[in-house]
Amino acid sequence: MIYRENGQFKTTYKTDQQIFPILQDRWAVLVLIAFAFVGIPLLVDEYMFRAILIPFLILSLAALGVNLLVGYCGQITLGAGAFMAIGAYAAYNFAIRIDGMPLLGALLLGGFTSALVGIIFGVPSLRVRGLYLAIATLAAQFFWDWAFLRIKWFTNYSTSGSVSVSNLEVFGWSLDGAVDKYLFCLILLVVFALLAKNMVRGAIGRQWMAIRDMDVAAEVIGIRPMYAKLSAFAVSSFIVGVAGALWGFVHLGSWEPAAFSIDRSFQLLFMVIIGGLGSIMGSFFGAAFIIVLPIFLNQFLPWLGGLAGLSISVATVSHIEFMIFGALIVFFLIVEPHGLARLWSTGKEKLRLWPFPH
Amino acid sequence: MAFFLETLIGGLMAGMLYSLVALGFVLIFKASGVFNFAQGAMVLFAALAMARFSEWIPGWLGVANPIIANILAFIIAALIMFVVAWLIERLVLRHLVNQEGATLLMATLGIAYFLEGVGQTIFGSDIYKIDVGMPKDPVLMLESVFEGGILINKEDFYAALIAAALVAALALFFQKTGTGRALRAVADDHQAAQSIGIPLNRIWVIVWCVAGIVALVAGIIWGSKLGVQFSLATVALRALPVVILGGLTSVPGAIVGGLIIGVGEKLSEVYLGPLVGGGIEIWFAYMLALVFLLFRPQGLFGEKIIDRV
Amino acid sequence: MKLRKLALTASLAAIGLSSALTAYAQAKEQFFPVLVYRTGAYGPNGTPWANGYVDYLKLVNARGGINGVKLSFEECEFGYATDRGVECYERLKGKHGGGTVFQPLSTGVTFALTEKAAVDKIPLITAGYGRSESQNGAVFTWNFPLLGTYWVGADVLIQHIAKKEGGYDKLKGKKIALVYHDSPYGKEPIALLEERARMHGFNLQLLPVAHPGVEQKATWLQIRQNRPDFVLLWGWGVMNSTSLKEAQATGFPRDKMYGIWWAGAEPDVKDVGDGAKGYNAVALQHGAEPNSAVVKEVLEKLHGKGQGTGPKEEVGSVLYMRGMISAMLGVEGVAQAQTRYGKGKVMTGEQVRWGLENLNLDQKKLDAIGFAGVMRPVQTSCLDHMGSSWARIHTWNGSKWEFSSDWYQADEKVIRPMVMLTSAKYAEEKKITPRTPEQCKQ
Repeated sequence: MIYRENGQFKTTYKTDQQIFPILQDRWAVLVLIAFAFVGIPLLVDEYMFRAILIPFLILSLAALGVNLLVGYCGQITLGAGAFMAIGAYAAYNFAIRIDGMPLLGALLLGGFTSALVGIIFGVPSLRVRGLYLAIATLAAQFFWDWAFLRIKWFTNYSTSGSVSVSNLEVFGWSLDGAVDKYLFCLILLVVFALLAKNMVRGAIGRQWMAIRDMDVAAEVIGIRPMYAKLSAFAVSSFIVGVAGALWGFVHLGSWEPAAFSIDRSFQLLFMVIIGGLGSIMGSFFGAAFIIVLPIFLNQFLPWLGGLAGLSISVATVSHIEFMIFGALIVFFLIVEPHGLARLWSTGKEKLRLWPFPH
Repeated sequence: MAFFLETLIGGLMAGMLYSLVALGFVLIFKASGVFNFAQGAMVLFAALAMARFSEWIPGWLGVANPIIANILAFIIAALIMFVVAWLIERLVLRHLVNQEGATLLMATLGIAYFLEGVGQTIFGSDIYKIDVGMPKDPVLMLESVFEGGILINKEDFYAALIAAALVAALALFFQKTGTGRALRAVADDHQAAQSIGIPLNRIWVIVWCVAGIVALVAGIIWGSKLGVQFSLATVALRALPVVILGGLTSVPGAIVGGLIIGVGEKLSEVYLGPLVGGGIEIWFAYMLALVFLLFRPQGLFGEKIIDRV
Repeated sequence: MKLRKLALTASLAAIGLSSALTAYAQAKEQFFPVLVYRTGAYGPNGTPWANGYVDYLKLVNARGGINGVKLSFEECEFGYATDRGVECYERLKGKHGGGTVFQPLSTGVTFALTEKAAVDKIPLITAGYGRSESQNGAVFTWNFPLLGTYWVGADVLIQHIAKKEGGYDKLKGKKIALVYHDSPYGKEPIALLEERARMHGFNLQLLPVAHPGVEQKATWLQIRQNRPDFVLLWGWGVMNSTSLKEAQATGFPRDKMYGIWWAGAEPDVKDVGDGAKGYNAVALQHGAEPNSAVVKEVLEKLHGKGQGTGPKEEVGSVLYMRGMISAMLGVEGVAQAQTRYGKGKVMTGEQVRWGLENLNLDQKKLDAIGFAGVMRPVQTSCLDHMGSSWARIHTWNGSKWEFSSDWYQADEKVIRPMVMLTSAKYAEEKKITPRTPEQCKQ
């Protein structure tokens, strides 16, 4: 009833090609963003910010990057964690080695470094495909894990191999409080999401999708696979790299390569697949699901046990958490292999006809 | 020279164990197109079952003889793996037929999480022991030829023998039995196999059962070497380069790939490692596989990839 | 449709949960957050520590609390993953009137929390781990690496080896290999060992082992190739037992192997059994102490009433004792704080920090709380947040750990300059002004 597009006529190409062609969607998104900027800082406490919202924003950004590569260009990667690490360590090196390097500059340069490395590690994709490529990207993961542990220059000769940053500041805005960090990540996320959305709507995004759907056919109709695949690797690695730098600088503050281990890569791929391949929105759903679920289970199960008069040990809780997490993933894949984003769009379709479906 | 030989032999024996885990991957991928990331979790689960039952059985039945306890535990663990295989086919794979590779991969990761959780809930998360009487001490050979001799690890040697025997038995099973033929038929072409009356679902259960047995044997070998604990699940990651090097669909590929990776990573760690700070064997295996892939994108023995528009 | 219902119930449950959790916050209790890992790759080692920690807190309650103030505690499982550890910290730090002190039992988490704890004004006790330079309390106001750092451990090991060989001059030209966990934890001793290698002219060989440490074949092949005279083992979890098994398989003599105190407990040697006979490890003051007074008290007051945390057999084992001592140090910090800020009151993190900085556990006190013979007196100050740098060596005899050396004290002349240098570098990087002696007195 409320979600009707009757009477919204597109009279120009411009209005027809908007990101959100439906008026209600536009409003909903604006309200959501406004709420994220104004409402949330007023409502939630510090724990929510530090433990849930900031990781959610940063990993959404990373998932977005992974989604461009996996969902739009069809190149499965298990090395996303490595590119986060490259972003983080490159940004760290730019920040400490160049005097007066602004935080934003360091983050973006971290992203660019990651993009460069992404192109190099994207080269095998020209030869190797599918699952073979997925495992080949693990080479990047293990190599960079090793490099940041072993090559001392990267960690500025820190004895322990752990690096840390502090006193973050953007144009005089000091990022000390949880709210500041949250807002900073949010701004970056909104900007990058908008960029990514426009990119996948444009020529380059269409090339990626053609490659994904069938690369031989795409080549026949004149798309250069090398350009398309490598550009996907570059853009994806850039965003993932920026997310990695944020993870290190803003969320952790001090980190070691283990923060970007292979588990992180799997986690990101999970987000993309559970959220929905080839959907910007899906990256957010996926990130929310994967981050919130374990923390929620971890706190919910003891409470549930308390209701039943049982005290469950933390070890059992953690095992059950694993079980439920695994089972839910399988469940979702069976119910909706195209991810949460597909559920979302099905919901929207239904809402359009509500309350009088034919 | 002696040391080179020692490294080489060590690499070959480690490689044989990689082959064993890789075989689990290949079997399932061939028959159902699933890249089974849960292989590592299955190894852990099977080893936990084996370790705990061999510990519990003497108490339950009053049998003090460790050999009988081990055999009984092996049988029970195998039965459990059959049940797991059946459940996976019934509850998961059957509902995901014809999905994309990536979706199936994620589903097996979900299964891996589930198995790790269940395994540790039922069997506990401490370090457990599997004692199948593997000798632990080394032997020195050819001391007359080389100074210091060549040190051979008996345990590794027996493990490699067991792995080789299992691989041979599986090869026989595939080549000579009716079920084996059916399996190969399914691997070649699902539709054709189905149209001549081979029941796909049953074949899948059988393949997962075989993979479960392979996991159990790998779990026992590794568990007796390292102790049974959570980290066993990570051995699967060591077998991945083997699989892509050998080709996802090739049993001989898994064996040859395992040996190449085993030797390659040990030699690299020992001879190249000190130059760059050590700890390179993990990524070296992957890089080695990657270099092979650039020349043969389908792996050493994989089926040739033909593109059609 | 089912999904929507599911989501709805889940979110409702979440709301119910958060309200339920706030409901049972109680006043007048000193809250001890407990970061643990009972699962995952390091679970077998994390569990006894956690059991000891929790048992001691229960024991203090059974004794009547700290001057009447009862303790409350809550565990949070983080599986040795740094980001989950940080989440646990954030979750627990504000609960039940605020966390008293955090003890993460992970060098990675310690690094991540060092700055956060200073902002939240909660002290961080890292008994036997963490950053070695945090001994300097003038810079690291909130860190307390009580009883020993990795530099102390490494120093004592070298001293012991030198004594066995008959003097430091005998170390010249010897080869010592360090087999270490490839993480900040494993890398901590390298700086000190390099310093000592320079001083005495021995040859240090570094052999990293990747997490989780189950693949060490190549490492031990290298050891067989280079034939070092001694192997120092800096592992955690399954890495330790794997090292011992590989040593056995390559025939490296176990009595030439020396572990750090995290590689010298029962889970490391238990399933190697006789194969680990002769293996030595430096003990963080205590070893396995099944006969100590405090253990007897735990068995009587907790396990006797069915309130023990873990299995009864584990009480008194090495890591269990480490957990107990860690908890005891936190509790004594609170008790010390109460002497200044009011007996029988709940202390804030800031007050406990003062207590820890002015800790003075003399022999009489240790006897009174049942730690006689388990450890030596500890006295901290502003410049020394470690309190004691004594350690001794114990050896596995095939079935239990036995002390095999006298007490050693880490060489102040070697460690102090390194601590000052590294902490000054840290202060400069973080723009911290070290506290002056006057500020320390406040």
